[in-house]
Parts: sequence; C-alpha cells; structure tokens
Amino acid sequence: MSRAVMTDCRLPVRYRVSSRVEETHDTVTITLEPADDPIAAFRPGQFMMLYSFGVGEIPISVSGPPGQPSLTHTIRSVGAVSASLCAAQPGQVVGVRGPFGTSWDDADSPGGDLLLVAGGIGLAPLRPALLSALAQPGRYRRIILLAGARSPAELVFAAEYGRWRDSGAEVGITVDRADASWPGQVGVVTQLIGQAHLDPLLTAALICGPEVMMRITARSLTAAGLPAASIWISLERNMQCGTAECGHCQLGPLLLCRDGPVVNFKIAEPLLAVKEL
Amino acid sequence: MSVISAELASHRFAAGLAAGQLDRLAAIATSIEVPAGTRLFEEGGHAASVWLIRTGRIALDLHVPGRDRLIVETLGPGDELGLSWLRPAARWQFGAIAQVTASAFELSSAKLTGLCDSDHELGYQLTRRLLGTAIDRLQAARIRILDLYASPSAAVGGL
Repeated sequence: MSRAVMTDCRLPVRYRVSSRVEETHDTVTITLEPADDPIAAFRPGQFMMLYSFGVGEIPISVSGPPGQPSLTHTIRSVGAVSASLCAAQPGQVVGVRGPFGTSWDDADSPGGDLLLVAGGIGLAPLRPALLSALAQPGRYRRIILLAGARSPAELVFAAEYGRWRDSGAEVGITVDRADASWPGQVGVVTQLIGQAHLDPLLTAALICGPEVMMRITARSLTAAGLPAASIWISLERNMQCGTAECGHCQLGPLLLCRDGPVVNFKIAEPLLAVKEL
Repeated sequence: MSVISAELASHRFAAGLAAGQLDRLAAIATSIEVPAGTRLFEEGGHAASVWLIRTGRIALDLHVPGRDRLIVETLGPGDELGLSWLRPAARWQFGAIAQVTASAFELSSAKLTGLCDSDHELGYQLTRRLLGTAIDRLQAARIRILDLYASPSAAVGGL
C-alpha cells in the first residue's frame, strides 16, 4: 500500500499552485502539485475538499485528466473561500483532502455512445471523463459533448473545443444570450439533444450543471428514449466532512459526499421531486 | 410521390403525414438555398411565409438601440422558421438572417392557410405540429428567463 493511500483523508495535504488560468470573469483554473506525499488517485467525477488556509474549506470537483500526480480544479468565485482559491497565485500552498465520492465510471459503456451534457461551469467535473474517453480511441462508438453557457464570454475551456473535435468528439455549444458577433448557436442546451441524433439504447449520458438544468436535460433524454438508468447526474448539497460522518450533505437516504456526487437518475429522480430535500 | 414530397417526408415537421397529405403540402413548397449572411426578414415586416429548415442555421435577431443586434435564438435542421403569420397582425416580431448557408422548404402562409381550410384533417395535423413548436419555444424561453447559469449555488465545478 502506498503512502498516499494511507493518508488520513480527514487531514489536508499540502499542494502548491503551479499554474493559474482565468477562464472567465469569475472562474479560474488552478493546477496543484503535491508539496508532500500526494493523495490517492482520483476518478473522473470525484471531488476534493480544498482548504484555503485561514479562510476555509470547500468541495471542488477535479477538472483535469486522471492518472497524474497534479490536480486541476476549476473554481467559480461565489464566496469567501472560492474567491480566495481563485486568487491563489503560483507558489501559494493550499490544503487538499480527498478524493471523495462516486465517479462517472459507473456510466462506462464501452462500444456504445458517451453523451456529456454540461451547463455553465458544470463542464469542469465532466472534463476528466471527456479527456479520459478521448484518450481511449475506439472505446466508444461516439463521444458527444453538448454544452450550454450564459454567454460566449462565460464558456469555460473554450480554447479546447477545437482540440476535442480533432480528437473525435462531436461538440455542440449553445449560449443563452449573444450579440450578432457570435457565430454559434443560441438557445437552451436541451435544444442540442435533437440535433445529436442519439441512439437511445446505446447511449450513456452524464449531466452536470445547475440542478434545474440537469432535471430538464434528463427529462428531455428520457423523452428521447433513454432509460433513466442510462443517465447520471452530479448532485451537490452541503459537503463538509467528505467521509459521510457529519450528515450535512444528506439527500433522503443518500449522503452525497459518499453516495454522490455522481448519482444514477433512476435513484435521483424521485428524490429531486421532494421539495423538502 | 414527387421528389419534393420525398424530401419533405424526411423533415421533422412533415414526419407522419400520409402520402396524399405530403403531396398536397409539397405542391405549395419551394426548395430554397439561403447563402450565409442573407437576411430573410426584418422585424416589423409582413409575415407571409414559413420555412422548414433542412440544413444550416438561421439566427432570429433584434436590433436594440446602443447594443447592436442581439440574437434571440438560432434555428437549425428540422426546425420551423416563421410563426408570426399565425397571429392576425402578421408582422415579424424578430428579424432572421442565415448565420451559415442554409437550405429550406419555403411555404406561403396564404397557401398554407388555404390548404388547411380546404383539408381540415391536414389542417389539424399541421396545427398540432405548429402548436408543438410554439410550446417547445415557449418552454425554452421560460428556461432561459430563469438565468440558471448565473446562480452561484449551482451544482457545478464548485460542486
């Protein structure tokens, strides 16, 4: 057993920021290199608890490729901790606990079609699954990415779309609002589903974005013939311990830091219909 | 079945129509090409046609003083362009321009209305399709009004 696996996941491990890229006006991608023994390898879809020393700790999905000692996280500045992490400059040290939760791996469907539907920064947790799929040519019949954003300026990883297409992915992008300088599509991301000509019985769908967007997208997919069991979504509640002990992230019978964030829609759908949850 | 009937049958709008109904619809349809940058209509103009888009992409837009043109929505293969003729004023609410070269079937709204008046079964079928399109657009517009991606509490990169 490696030292990394033996790490107590209740204690943060020091990582140093090695690069920082501004994705949009409020979203930053940072890459972290281990300053001590690295934590265990993550699987696409899992999250880490990132600790900005002296400020606080928040759950952030990994947005970089798996199988590397470095960790890449894409963070939107929406509160004190995320703002602090977004402002972290190369050389700065942050704390990392994890990896936590379920992964997109359950959705693996070799020989079939892999559909990823992202809303806004929801593309970040899907990016490791996409990169992993693209790194395995022939594993899937089709790799389809459909992504929506508020505006062209708020598209994350926009510089990579061409590379993903060149690697074999079918990439559909749409925005909610744009002026005439935008050469792409305008509309909700569900409107791209009809254009994708899916084979519903051969498609596994991974969805990440605002919860309402995921519900609407999953419904559109089931209306297109996908079984609910072929759809996975990434859910969020108030993740704190990451070890299913504190109970803050409870969603009905699930503790999402352990039983999520990636949850099959057949399980999630009835829970999302309960307002009290 | 004519060539245009066969082509029309592959469009989502005409899917499921009987052969005779397709032929009657095809008789009033014209196949057109719309080069990129071509404006099909302007806001406020008389709405007298509907287009069934086959390829390419059409942007619905609106001039906003001080902000140039804003794109309201884009439409692509399988979509219908032009519903404003269904309302009595028959004025385009938005403009339409080919964002990339497009092809479509163009139908005169007067001829289409006449066809529906003379063949109520076909009229019922076409009305159901147009109503479905209107509902889809309404629901999509409602979702966009929610401005979901602006919510900082979304289940997203920051989980």
